[in-house]
Amino acid sequence: MKKYFTRMGDGEALWQTEDELRADVDAGVEDAVKRGKAKPLADDDIAHLLDILMMPEKNVSVERGNEGIHTFDAGTLKIPIRLAVPVSRHTDMLIHERVLCSDTMELCNTDYSYKMVKNIAPEEAMQMEQAQQDVTIPIFYGAMPNLGLYTKPDGQFDNWAELLPQGKIKEGMEAQEGALEQCCEDMVMVSSQQAEAGADGIQFDTAGASGDADLLAALKATKVLKEKYPDTCVTMGMANEFTLGMHGKLKFEDDKLAGQYPRDQVKTCAKAGVDMFGAVVNTNSSRSFAWNLARSLTFVKECTEAATIPVLVNAGMGVGGIPLSAVAPTDAAARVSKSMLEIGKADGL
Amino acid sequence: MAVMHEMASGMGGIRTAGDLVARMVMKGMRIGEAKKYVAGKLGCDVLDLSDSAKMKEIRESLDIGTVNDRPHASYGMSAKIKIAELLDIKIPSVELFKKKLGKAL
Repeated sequence: MKKYFTRMGDGEALWQTEDELRADVDAGVEDAVKRGKAKPLADDDIAHLLDILMMPEKNVSVERGNEGIHTFDAGTLKIPIRLAVPVSRHTDMLIHERVLCSDTMELCNTDYSYKMVKNIAPEEAMQMEQAQQDVTIPIFYGAMPNLGLYTKPDGQFDNWAELLPQGKIKEGMEAQEGALEQCCEDMVMVSSQQAEAGADGIQFDTAGASGDADLLAALKATKVLKEKYPDTCVTMGMANEFTLGMHGKLKFEDDKLAGQYPRDQVKTCAKAGVDMFGAVVNTNSSRSFAWNLARSLTFVKECTEAATIPVLVNAGMGVGGIPLSAVAPTDAAARVSKSMLEIGKADGL
Repeated sequence: MAVMHEMASGMGGIRTAGDLVARMVMKGMRIGEAKKYVAGKLGCDVLDLSDSAKMKEIRESLDIGTVNDRPHASYGMSAKIKIAELLDIKIPSVELFKKKLGKAL
């Protein structure tokens, strides 16, 4: 029986028959249904996904007219820092605009957390103001809430990850409640300077990485910023497909945050004033690419159907079905791109 | 990976109408609505928005920035001033620039 080239969730090459691909797709959908009580993909979506997985081309693309917009996290952290190309962040943004033809770009600091930017916030705002003179595409300023930085010894709060296993539940919850208020203040302070420097948008990236308190800090900051700067876009990129209940009882308005999946996360974010939502579904590196992509699409499609705001799916390494490897295989990345737009009905990436 | 995504499913930035559609999605419009809005403002078909040949002509005629620089052509702030008028939106950096000049453009 004919075998098709595909990959494992860690990027390793794999050859599978159509029946094997179909079995992995079904199992991936079933996992999303079982874990997240998601609505399964329709038969025509599964047929389209199998077609994409079995396309003989190395790299594939959407059909004409199905394109979406693209955004970045860690935008200027890539070419000048991780790739060690000796160009300034200003030049990097122009490379994205005129060489890579990106739809948007993001300015960021190497230490990608709002708390770490606080000390250099005016200089970061100056960089944004200078870039806005030369760059035509929309520029975001982005960083992470990163609530863990507010624990001792870096911050003033006891570490809830140590308190909770000791049974100090109340102390752990109080530490998170204190930390999230400081984190929110820092996000508002840095983002306000960026908005006043002419940033087109603010990116709260990897929101919820430290659990529900981390996400609540970002939601509260969003609400403040949208009241102060209604013309500045706020986009929220999530940390994972399931909001961890490190606190467990936190709510934004009436929405309990712990245990939310993308279909619920997007509604709470919209309530806070978020303009664009970055859905995340984590890749399981020990399962196949077909399994991971089918699972991600199941969560994403349900999210885009529930959403009233644009959904831009996170499709970097280890999320959205992309294999968990530092250099993502282009054949897999292209299939994720096409699937998320055409099956997941995402507004972009 | 960014390059792969741009090639596989991106709008195409200033090579096409990617930045213009992005500006409307950033206002909370879903992608289909944003494309229709931009196509309406440009007076073109939705499918033209990702056609680099068609959009080169449109962008040059409106002087709103293209990939290739040309003598006296607008890019950056001067292009965005025109984009804000074209799309009938407020662009924060344009508003700041006007404030610095101390007059309405």
